[in-house]
Amino acid sequence: MSPTAALVHKDDGYNFAYLDEQTKRMIRRSLLKALSIPGYQVPFGGREMPLAYGWGTGGIQVTASVIGPDDVLKVIDQGADDTTNAVSIRRFFQTVCDVAVTESTAEATVVQTRHRVPETPLKEGQVLVYQVPQPEPLKKIEPRETETRKMHAYAEYGAMQVTLYEDVAHFGRIAKTYDYPAVINGRHLMSPSPIPKFDNPKMEMNPAIQLFGAGREKRIYAVPPYTSVRSLDFDDHPFEVQTWKGSCALCGSTTSYLDEVITDDRGSRMFVCSDTDFCNTRQAEAAAAKAAVDKVSGEEA
Amino acid sequence: MAYVAVKGGEQAILNTHKLISETRRGNPDLAELSLAQISEQFGLAVDRVMTEGSVYDRELAALALKQAQGDAIEAIFLLRAYRTTLPRVAVSEPIDTSKMAIRRRISATFKDIPGGQVLGPTYDYTHRLLDFALAAEGLERPQAELAAEPLDETVPRVIDLLNSEGLIEEEIDENDGEVFDLTREPTTFPARRDQRLQNLARGDEGFVLGLAYSTTRGYGGAHPFVGELRLGEVAVEIVPEELGFPITIADVTVTECQMINQFRGSADKPPQFTRGYGLTFGHNERKAMAMSLVDRAMRARELGEDVRYPAQDAEFVLSHTDNVEGNGFVTHFKLPHYVDFQAELQLVRQLRAEHEERRRKATGSEQAKEAAE
Amino acid sequence: MTTSALRKPAPRPPLLEVSGLSKSYGTQIGCRDISFAIRPGEVLGIVGESGSGKSTLLACLSGRLQPDTGSITYDMQGRGPVDILTLSEPERRRLARTDWGIVHQNPRDGLRLDVSAGGNIGERPMAIGARHYGDIRSEAQDWLKKVEIDLSRTDDKPRTFSGGMQQRLQIARNLVTRPRLVFMDEPTGGLDVSVQARLLDLLRGLVRELGIAAIIVTHDLAVVRLLADRLMVMQRGRVIEEGLTDQVLDDPHHPYTQLLVSSVLQV
Repeated sequence: MSPTAALVHKDDGYNFAYLDEQTKRMIRRSLLKALSIPGYQVPFGGREMPLAYGWGTGGIQVTASVIGPDDVLKVIDQGADDTTNAVSIRRFFQTVCDVAVTESTAEATVVQTRHRVPETPLKEGQVLVYQVPQPEPLKKIEPRETETRKMHAYAEYGAMQVTLYEDVAHFGRIAKTYDYPAVINGRHLMSPSPIPKFDNPKMEMNPAIQLFGAGREKRIYAVPPYTSVRSLDFDDHPFEVQTWKGSCALCGSTTSYLDEVITDDRGSRMFVCSDTDFCNTRQAEAAAAKAAVDKVSGEEA
Repeated sequence: MAYVAVKGGEQAILNTHKLISETRRGNPDLAELSLAQISEQFGLAVDRVMTEGSVYDRELAALALKQAQGDAIEAIFLLRAYRTTLPRVAVSEPIDTSKMAIRRRISATFKDIPGGQVLGPTYDYTHRLLDFALAAEGLERPQAELAAEPLDETVPRVIDLLNSEGLIEEEIDENDGEVFDLTREPTTFPARRDQRLQNLARGDEGFVLGLAYSTTRGYGGAHPFVGELRLGEVAVEIVPEELGFPITIADVTVTECQMINQFRGSADKPPQFTRGYGLTFGHNERKAMAMSLVDRAMRARELGEDVRYPAQDAEFVLSHTDNVEGNGFVTHFKLPHYVDFQAELQLVRQLRAEHEERRRKATGSEQAKEAAE
Repeated sequence: MTTSALRKPAPRPPLLEVSGLSKSYGTQIGCRDISFAIRPGEVLGIVGESGSGKSTLLACLSGRLQPDTGSITYDMQGRGPVDILTLSEPERRRLARTDWGIVHQNPRDGLRLDVSAGGNIGERPMAIGARHYGDIRSEAQDWLKKVEIDLSRTDDKPRTFSGGMQQRLQIARNLVTRPRLVFMDEPTGGLDVSVQARLLDLLRGLVRELGIAAIIVTHDLAVVRLLADRLMVMQRGRVIEEGLTDQVLDDPHHPYTQLLVSSVLQV
């Protein structure tokens, strides 16, 4: 991240990254507080953005507050760089701050995401910004914020565990598949945003800074680098992630999260990586390797 | 299988922008609407957009309406997003509505009031018959006759007349001067009245109307009387630090409603009337009245009444009034959710397989039992 | 071995000691200048008609209402006697869900109706860290047996239970963490007479077996006769008579107590 003070974007009269510097400062203060108390939801004076609530306004405000002119931005939705929401948000930042953008996870310094953690492991110095529709993991048990704030303050998470108990009692297994609650740093219960539970283990002890922005609910929270992220479970029904029988039909990966694609109206389907950058990189590498082999065998012949 | 991941989303998105501009313009053979036309002839739509968009600027509101093809909520959204980029130059003094240049002013509580009932411009007493004469353009503009005498400059508020007898609660200043700012600070609960009123003023007209309606149908026990409803222009004043005295920076049109409600009293307080307050930019009596009813309903707790119904539940009301929030969240479900859907799909398939397995075992053992018998 | 032999009063320090407790609502008196002590394993009955202040007293004792004056000293595990009014809210909430139990008159106030019977009982163990599903479930089923609920109902939601079953489930949900003190507000209120008798039997057995101290508020003298070691009679916010249950009921001194007792006998 680079200093962004007093930067005015040249063309449109809007401040660099849309928000004025006072607002960015306010958001950065909230981010610092959030990093100091991992998993704790910090109320912040969220602004109205030129994007609809629920469409990433929290993530955008966080990104706008941490991004600088030298940053390289990647935006994904459902793991893909070219989904409508990702395209729209990337264009927004290109318009209001003219930063370099990339589809490569490895090259990005700031990654804004909706619903996925990239497959390529993140490094120190990278920032992952999550878009969060509903920051409160206890909301479905207790809709009142006056009560949920107390439950967090006193670490009263028994009722949450009861929902897991009910799953096992009725289905024989924990039936939560995404937005799977986790205890951060052994203290606060946190919603990881609606990522599949497949991605929860990636949050654990991650070297990158993970920031969460909920614009409509006006909450910011964070997982600092190298912090424990324990997904709720039972000793005899341990947390487990999704697996697939096959591999990605395009790159052959057996370790990535796969999307199901329906290919005709007779029920044919195939499975491909949801992370398009990961998949494309693997395909390019495989092609390059094959070309090298062909070249060698051609020379031999 | 020749599957290629869908590309070119960016181009498709740019095309949607072009298509919506085209659709917005409609038939290019017809004259384009000017902002002045919208502001002058769709004045009430402009008023609503200014109120819920919380920017008092007729031209900007007209532009928002034009850009939104007349969709009020979309226009409010545009105005709000623009508002975020505006600097805060000053904080005004409270407006004094007793000094309002009144155009309409009515009370349902007394037949005659000092200053008089002033009917003003309203649809209240019209018959709601489609006026086909309006379909023809270029009609002569009707002129209302001028009253013989101008209205008083200061018209006392009806509610203050009740005050002198102690029949109505005093207006309480609970803030020590420090006023909450909904656009800069996150909502916290329990919310003070300044926060509640700001929220209602920006709240969706339809939602606030529905809540207000519910309080009068047993879901809130309201027995309201319109103490006073007034429409007109008031001066907005600021006190520049270097001057130290107030100067007028604008005149704005507002609609104000003071709703009177019964209160049976408590151990400490004698029975008396209580207040509910509503204020909007421009002319919007429906919203001002609905706001004042919901304001009063949310005061249930502080008045020691039971909190039983949605309109009395401040946390419920305040969390759901904002149509920019509600619109965004409800419509976000059309965004791609296929990663989470895939996760659910997998689970349901797994659970169905296990269910089938259990059923097979059960029927299997039954058949075995029958065979044994 | 008789239960009375087991319960020979040993000179143990009080579990809960109340002194000079008053609470009023504006000009209306809730309860005034109440003092008493209860020892581990002892069952105290508080009787009086509605409006006598007994429910106000119970709400103050169990931390749901802040009294105006007085102190409530509880012998906390590993900490000794503490005035609970000086505890922070999290400490009080923790005490309430571990070392205390609260049985509400209406089981709907004390149960999660959309959670299975097993989950209802499992909540308290899970809240204090139980993380083994199998253990939580078998403990829940032990308790279902103790309160005579068929194990086939383990995964059913309490809204499908009868009133008596709901009340027994509420008791199991509270006792699972082996609290040392249980507050009960009209635990048999709203139940049929035959159902009441069964519940009282069960309660008596559990309280004796586990050595739980209990404070039972009721207007029903049959309940206290069966359960309570000692009795306090309240009228207009004050305690007007107290003593061993049999003594008070068989030889009431205060005219109001006499009226209470005789009115019951007439029924």
